[in-house]
Amino acid sequence: MSEKKFERIALVGNPNSGKSSVFNHLTGLNQKVGNFPGVTVDKKTGYTRLPDGRRVRVLDLPGTYSLYPRSLDERVVFDVLIDTLNEDYPDVVVVVADAANLKRNLLLFTQIKDLGIPVILALNMLDVSTNLGQKVRPIQIAKHLDVPVISINGRTGEGIELLKKALSEGFDVSKQPVCDISSFSPEVIKAVQEKYQIENPYRAYLYAQQWRFLKHIPALERLEIEKTAKEHLFQNEFYQSKETINRYKYIDKILEEAVEYNVQESRNLTRKLDKLFTHRIFGYVIFLFILFLIFQAIFSWASTPMDFIDWSFSELASFLHDRLPSNKLVDLLTEGIIPGIAGVLIFIPQIAILFAFIALLEETGYMARVVFLMDKFMRRFGLNGKSVVPLISGVACAIPAIMSTRTIDNWKERISTILVIPLMSCSARLPVYTILIALVVPKHYVFGFLNLQGLVLMGMYLLGFLMAIVSAVVINKILQTREKSYFIMEMPLYKFPRWKNVGLTIVEKSKTFAFEAGKVILAISIILWALASYGPEERMQAAAQYVNDNYDISELSDNEIQDKIQAYKLENSYAGILGKSIEPVIEPLGYDWKMGIALITSFAAREVFVGTMATIYSIGSVDLEDEATIKNRMKAEKDPKTGERKYTLPVAISLLLFYAFAMQCMSTLAITWRETKSWKWPMIQLVYMSVLAYVSALLAYQVLS
Amino acid sequence: MSRSASDLKPGEAGIIKGYQDNVISLKLMEMGCLPGETIKLNFRAPLGDPISFDVAGYSLSLRISEAANILIE
Repeated sequence: MSEKKFERIALVGNPNSGKSSVFNHLTGLNQKVGNFPGVTVDKKTGYTRLPDGRRVRVLDLPGTYSLYPRSLDERVVFDVLIDTLNEDYPDVVVVVADAANLKRNLLLFTQIKDLGIPVILALNMLDVSTNLGQKVRPIQIAKHLDVPVISINGRTGEGIELLKKALSEGFDVSKQPVCDISSFSPEVIKAVQEKYQIENPYRAYLYAQQWRFLKHIPALERLEIEKTAKEHLFQNEFYQSKETINRYKYIDKILEEAVEYNVQESRNLTRKLDKLFTHRIFGYVIFLFILFLIFQAIFSWASTPMDFIDWSFSELASFLHDRLPSNKLVDLLTEGIIPGIAGVLIFIPQIAILFAFIALLEETGYMARVVFLMDKFMRRFGLNGKSVVPLISGVACAIPAIMSTRTIDNWKERISTILVIPLMSCSARLPVYTILIALVVPKHYVFGFLNLQGLVLMGMYLLGFLMAIVSAVVINKILQTREKSYFIMEMPLYKFPRWKNVGLTIVEKSKTFAFEAGKVILAISIILWALASYGPEERMQAAAQYVNDNYDISELSDNEIQDKIQAYKLENSYAGILGKSIEPVIEPLGYDWKMGIALITSFAAREVFVGTMATIYSIGSVDLEDEATIKNRMKAEKDPKTGERKYTLPVAISLLLFYAFAMQCMSTLAITWRETKSWKWPMIQLVYMSVLAYVSALLAYQVLS
Repeated sequence: MSRSASDLKPGEAGIIKGYQDNVISLKLMEMGCLPGETIKLNFRAPLGDPISFDVAGYSLSLRISEAANILIE
């Protein structure tokens, strides 16, 4: 037995190996999502208690097929395992392998074993493998590889205790490598070993193979490694292919003894489902139906909890407003902070539902079929089949959507996808759309059952998608790259979803949204409140005098006088001054200074539009407003010049178009910056979308009015 | 003229004998498309591309351009 106790465990495995289920079983809700330094690849860590009572750290590394990374996600696995001084370098690795697909899953295992890290093989999905007519003998595998092999079931949690037991007991590390690389340029390996004091030859060999990706080594030293490799004719590609072939040869030898294959072919269910789901007509019909279902769910199921959140926060605000002494601090709380928090929480039902669906589609294996169905179609626009999932996610929120583009390994396709995602109508636009549509589109039924307002709303989503596609084509024409686009994707077997995984995804994504986007939205709400509540001293003080001079006070009630004073104060507040200063620019679009304030604040986050409108039309008012009365107020709003209704059809359409296309979300720009590691892309995103928004709103208003 | 995996018909299988392009062959080998391995074309996507294959005991989907790099006999 080895003396050293394992303190830090890393889970590694192929995509679709059930690794996250194992992680969820080990850590339960006791997990945290952070980032790996420098990249926004999710870093999931958690803690688990071992049978000996120790609490140890578990790190869930992204799924990968080998230690030769293709995508950003995969590179993280290499980063963590190659550098023994990496802050996440584990004491022990648990490789989760799909027993039904053992051959390919063992390739990664043998690479990690050769790195000299203590490793345990966790055989998952033995039940699936049995159903496929295979008989796997874990003991034979353990004998050959000289490592602990534990049978587990990620679905039921069976075997997890055995895995924990093995982790708490520790074991001797087998030194015998699977693949002998000593004949691959021994001079290079030796030089690297000496320079970096690396004991393990395979680790040194990987340094030479992938010097480009050695993040922990200064760039100059990396070139040094390249030079040494060149001097000794280190043949990267030849060695890599030889290595892969040798490993598979070894794996074949093990599997020959350890697995018994029955000739009977029993992937029947997957075959039948594939016939249906990738059928040239039904495949698309089913996909559209699923999309339709997701939309319906987002809009109808989410409305009750959203109304409830809305109602409870406005109740809370008015309760506090009534009970607490009337001063600026209370105003800040009831008019700034509480509506701000409500503005964040209100999106959580929609985000939770969307991610429930996405997790379900991924869990069942259907998502790979969507990618398969859509690849050729998306490629026409310079995108990739893998862009479909991020684009769909963009309907909930661009932030997680942009983060999910990491699975696209082609740089150009990934950048194009990131750039167009914010054109997909995210849930933050929904309140803007709803209130504007309700203002100008009659509650009419087409064919007796199709709600006209609903149809227009769907049209807005379609418009966003079309614009995203068109923009992708243009971006594709501009961006030049020599990089090849790869597809190469595993089609997993269809599986029944694991509800625990779906549940944990929902919790995790909602939390990310609440904290990432929440910070900005809350801050903007407070700033906006301050800008709208304060103004130059002399102008604010003149408010009462102004109302006195311009209205017949004797005919007005106290409330009406108060409203007039507040309206004057708003017009002369900092926000009002700001709104008025941009009026010349936005007048051709049909907007006045009040909308101007909303536009300015919306550039931080578009969901503050309704909140801003509420603030502008209600600040200081005795009653706190709900959305219906904001709508009434907007309806009653008159154009001071013509005396006509301000929110006419052309104005509403112009506003709808502006909100559909404008890049009004600082969090999205921030995430684009983080994902592309450059200010260039968020700036391009901001400029092209703003121009698009301005021009289309201008055209719409000028043509229609 | 040698055949490639993209020339197979649905249900037809071939044995991999080599590759046309070096870089992509490394990735394909990692994914289990090794020389001597049987590769069977399962079905094509409705638009003709990509293609789903059975290889090394699982299903792998490749674009035509990728499958064309796998030489078969």
